[in-house]
Amino acid sequence: MVALWIILGIIVVLVLMVIGWYNGLVRLRNRVKNAWAQIDVQLKRRFDLIPNLMETVKGYMHHERETMEAVTQARAAVQQATGGGAAARGQAEGALGAALGRLFAVAEAYPDLKANQNFLALQEELTSTENKISFSRQYYNDSVLQFNNKIQMFPSNIVAGMFNFKEDEFFEVTVPEQREAPKVSFS
Amino acid sequence: MWEQIRANRVRSFVLIALMAAVLIGIGYAIGLFVASPVTGLVIALLVWLFMTLIAFFQGDSILLGLSNARKIKPGDHPRLYNVVEEMKIASGLEKMPDIYIIDDPALNAFATGRDPNHAAVAITSGLLERLNRDELQGVIAHEISHIRNRDVLLMSLAGIMLGTIVILSWYVTRMLFFTGGMRGGRRSSGGGQGQVILMLIGLVFIILAPIAAQLLYFAVSRKREYLADASGALYTRYPEGLASALEKIAGSTAAVRHANKATAPMYIANPFRSRNMSAASLTSTHPPIQERIRILRAMGGNVSYAKYEENYEKVHGGKVMPASAMGLAPVTAREASADEGALGVTDRLRQRRETTDALDRAHDYRIVTCECGTKWKVPRDYQDDHVLCTRCGRQIDLRQ
Repeated sequence: MVALWIILGIIVVLVLMVIGWYNGLVRLRNRVKNAWAQIDVQLKRRFDLIPNLMETVKGYMHHERETMEAVTQARAAVQQATGGGAAARGQAEGALGAALGRLFAVAEAYPDLKANQNFLALQEELTSTENKISFSRQYYNDSVLQFNNKIQMFPSNIVAGMFNFKEDEFFEVTVPEQREAPKVSFS
Repeated sequence: MWEQIRANRVRSFVLIALMAAVLIGIGYAIGLFVASPVTGLVIALLVWLFMTLIAFFQGDSILLGLSNARKIKPGDHPRLYNVVEEMKIASGLEKMPDIYIIDDPALNAFATGRDPNHAAVAITSGLLERLNRDELQGVIAHEISHIRNRDVLLMSLAGIMLGTIVILSWYVTRMLFFTGGMRGGRRSSGGGQGQVILMLIGLVFIILAPIAAQLLYFAVSRKREYLADASGALYTRYPEGLASALEKIAGSTAAVRHANKATAPMYIANPFRSRNMSAASLTSTHPPIQERIRILRAMGGNVSYAKYEENYEKVHGGKVMPASAMGLAPVTAREASADEGALGVTDRLRQRRETTDALDRAHDYRIVTCECGTKWKVPRDYQDDHVLCTRCGRQIDLRQ
């Protein structure tokens, strides 16, 4: 009789522990999902801000056609990559970030543009969106790391196997190498 | 990144339990003098309950009201709003905290709110106009860390208990002093020598309790500051931002006008600072600022709680971080943001204008720009449809 109670007690404790690990895993998975949604929101925001920026910049930067076109092209590439995998998307977003960075660097040479209230507001918004992208990526990757650790480590890995929890991918934004300036030699 | 919160719970519980023990002790001791120990306990608990209820439901508004803070909307000060949102994202906070600007030239900031869903950060206009973006990010990250680590709730609960202990001790010692001690009834009942000794111990306890409670409170408060510095550095990946902001704060001696002792632990730096204050005073709510800067600066390229602990041991000695945070992986520090160096005179002027504009918008002024480029601030109760631009003589239409 006593043995029966002990066995029953052990079973109850085990079930409770499994429930606890399961819930922990679900919580982490939801955090990863939320974090991903955050990145998406910010990438979309940057995408939407660019036409406005180009409209404002157009009247001032007459000699920077190439820089401006690079941004427009990078934006189009992002649109194409949106359906693709995380790696392709990361690369396209990285290229867009780099192109925008060059545009703002060049804008320093145009005092009239720097005095334009609209441009300043857009610059603030885009700088901040850029930061928000990297902070949400940072949070996402931290969440993924924690989730994956939980899936791999004993004893939660047993529960993860039982309920088919899959490891998540990290999100990396890869910045392509800047094109080198053509070398001119007079030999 | 989130485990330190669990360790905080244990420590928080210990602090609250110790404070509660002191509170019960003082209630019991008071009971020895007024009537029965039970009466004393009831008095102590009633005072505490009353103060807790007020703080729980009104805490934020009292604190923000005392500090003369103004709530701002996203458009009022885009840079500040963006930086807070960035740190909200970095820390994984679910709800955007309210943002307040305190119209005060002193350099300080604080966080408040009973839980992460009812949180607010406030910054003085003086600090807002002196910091570049990276520094502002550091300060906001420190404040968001206080919210994230649930320091605000803990320090409020502990602060209320401390307040109760101080008030009870103050009234009872005055009362005993003026009425010449114990009530007649008890004395004539003849407790004998044991009773007298017990009462003496009680008296000593009543006098010492507030001091002990304060030391306890201050020690925990200082630890919380270090932890918030470390978490802030991790959120921004840039310890230098906070270090350089703290340096600016250290360089100013202006005290916050509307600060008082109850609100002091909520600020990023001690709001009563003066230049000749002793460095590592036991009765300070904040660690010495130079020490905090040195610990942050020694972080180098890899930021982690373990590294912070190591630096703390070198600079101060001892341990300060929760053990559960030690195993967390280090992260790579980032570079300074582009063109975020020292602020020149024009930057300072621009930021001052930005800050006063934000305050005026928060006071419901409407800001319109004339075609000649002049900005006009129109108060809410201005009746006319037009306002005259005194620079170019145009009438500015206010109807759109």
